[in-house]
Amino acid sequence: MGTMLVFLLSGTLLAATPLLLAAMGELIVERSGILNLSIEGMMALGAVVGFATIMATGSHWLALGAGGLAGVALSVLFAGVVLLALGNQVATGIAVGILGLGLSGLIGKPYEGMTVAPMKRMPIPVLSEIPIIGPGLFNHSLLVYLAPLLAVGLWWMLRSTRVGLVIRAVGESPESAHAIGYSVLMTRFLAIMTGGFMAGLAGAFIATVSATLWSDGMIAGRGWIVVALVVFATWRVDRLVIGAYLFGLATIAELLVQGAGIRVPSQLLTSIPYIATIVAISILSMDGRKMRLNAPASLGRTYNSTA
Amino acid sequence: MMRLPWIVEPRIGRTGPRALLAPLIAVATTILAAVVLMSSQGVAPSRAIWQLYIAPLSSLYNLSEVLLKMAPLLIIAQALAIGFRAKVWNIGAEGQLLLGAIGGSLLPLWFNDSVNPMMLPAMALCGMLFGIGWAALAAFLRTRFNANEILVTLMLNSIALQLLYYLVSGPLRDPYGFNFPQSALFPQVAMLPSLFGMGRANVSIIVALLATVAAWIFVERSMTGYKLQVGGVAPDAARYAGFREKRAVWLSLCIGGAAAGLAGVFEVAGPLGQLQRVVSPGYGFAAIIVAFLGGLNAIGILFAAFFMAVIYVGGDMAQASAGVPYAVNTSLQGVLLVSYIAARLFVDYRVRWRRDITQQGAN
Repeated sequence: MGTMLVFLLSGTLLAATPLLLAAMGELIVERSGILNLSIEGMMALGAVVGFATIMATGSHWLALGAGGLAGVALSVLFAGVVLLALGNQVATGIAVGILGLGLSGLIGKPYEGMTVAPMKRMPIPVLSEIPIIGPGLFNHSLLVYLAPLLAVGLWWMLRSTRVGLVIRAVGESPESAHAIGYSVLMTRFLAIMTGGFMAGLAGAFIATVSATLWSDGMIAGRGWIVVALVVFATWRVDRLVIGAYLFGLATIAELLVQGAGIRVPSQLLTSIPYIATIVAISILSMDGRKMRLNAPASLGRTYNSTA
Repeated sequence: MMRLPWIVEPRIGRTGPRALLAPLIAVATTILAAVVLMSSQGVAPSRAIWQLYIAPLSSLYNLSEVLLKMAPLLIIAQALAIGFRAKVWNIGAEGQLLLGAIGGSLLPLWFNDSVNPMMLPAMALCGMLFGIGWAALAAFLRTRFNANEILVTLMLNSIALQLLYYLVSGPLRDPYGFNFPQSALFPQVAMLPSLFGMGRANVSIIVALLATVAAWIFVERSMTGYKLQVGGVAPDAARYAGFREKRAVWLSLCIGGAAAGLAGVFEVAGPLGQLQRVVSPGYGFAAIIVAFLGGLNAIGILFAAFFMAVIYVGGDMAQASAGVPYAVNTSLQGVLLVSYIAARLFVDYRVRWRRDITQQGAN
């Protein structure tokens, strides 16, 4: 029972961290009024570039950074098409996502099935000594602790800083933001690049820290769960954190149920996060008025920044 | 404050032949990308172009493969385009296709010794109903709970795949199949008749062409098609005119589900001949690209589906002969759609240098 609980806690944290990282990025992007549906592809590309980097250098930190930069590279393409070529955001997101998945398969071909050493854990003194909770929550790699701290930072940034204000203003009404002298183009470009970095970082985290292997298709829809998480959170950082850990729990439910010896088809268990997403979105979207109140008003709308 | 050195203005009125610019630029960019990607895999540029774009058309057998792959792409893309015009984003054709394949497989597996000539039509109907049912879940959640159909249809894709895995490794597995995750083979009456008596192309391409005609009539000549389109272009005007949005959502998703379901039946009753873990090489996603590349226009989609099918066959052949990974195919599909969307800028908008405009003003 004890080991089961430790696994429950640490597994949830490990599964939730990349979801939270990528979802924070997507939240910034959507708050600026852009719907980026290419997260899945950005995570996949970040994962494979991170994996290739660790194979070449042996450094987890370089791998995470390189994965983030790969996400940025893909996000620049997305930003260019959406902001400069005024492409439809849904279609562009799908297109760039497919490109990212394709490229990740191509780059990852020589690494298929390979594994890497796990990242060094940083047990937190004293706290990690507590039975069950200690090894479950306080014996992880640095990024696992950093993700919720980053979320606090993001919450504060959006709420109380000038940068946050500009992002929100641009997302609510690009016309007004432009009229009072903010650059809609610049704000959105930077927001999208930040989102790309976070998605790439999350992908690299999955490949080099939590799964420690590369296999084509290993992101397995997590990028879409990230997009769903932002809707689930109604664009609020506090709910995003809760959502990420709930979904982290849902993704390891498969292993838990099997570990408990309950006989359920494994395919049903694998589907749990997807089913949970559908249920969560349906329940949360029910109050259409509230959704409209929270959603950035210009989300998904094409804005011509040369006019 | 940063100002771009050019100005973009929407074009008003019909685009005319200019609309062809975008797909042509997209195809050219994709060919260029193919050369680059294939070179990275150690294939010489001339050989790459031959492999991907000429070899698929170089023999009757290969051409028959192109038609075989074109059929599902065409059927699904025509249906998706109808929804996309109404701004209903059904991204779940892949899952609806899998459900169609499952539904279509039930009859030939249950009546494995059947010689009834009505088998194929019954399978098609059953598969379409399964596809509609899967899409209807998204339509229900969107209209009843306001749940975003993009996310719901996407999640349903993943669930459909797991459902398929479960069925072929359990309830629908061939009892004499040495535990392989696949169903028994279909009886002869459940197989689509082939065309020309050679190659693998079958009557599915004829059905796809008929679907194209039907889509054209529906979009261009029917009141329902017109209402859907108005709802997409001007939702407020559509609401004012009394066109119901919920109906548009239901209709778009059900048409998509039916088409994808039918395409799924054609896969199991055509090249596969049984239900397997791998039913579709991503036709449901590729059809989204086809729909856009064809400008969401029935005739345009016909050409787009053909081009996409050529890439599919070329990619398969390159994989078999030169060991080029399948991911090249996926990448090229992405390049195709990205460059098409980017190139649409010059179709939908007029782009002018700011400098030129100020000079004109001075004169």
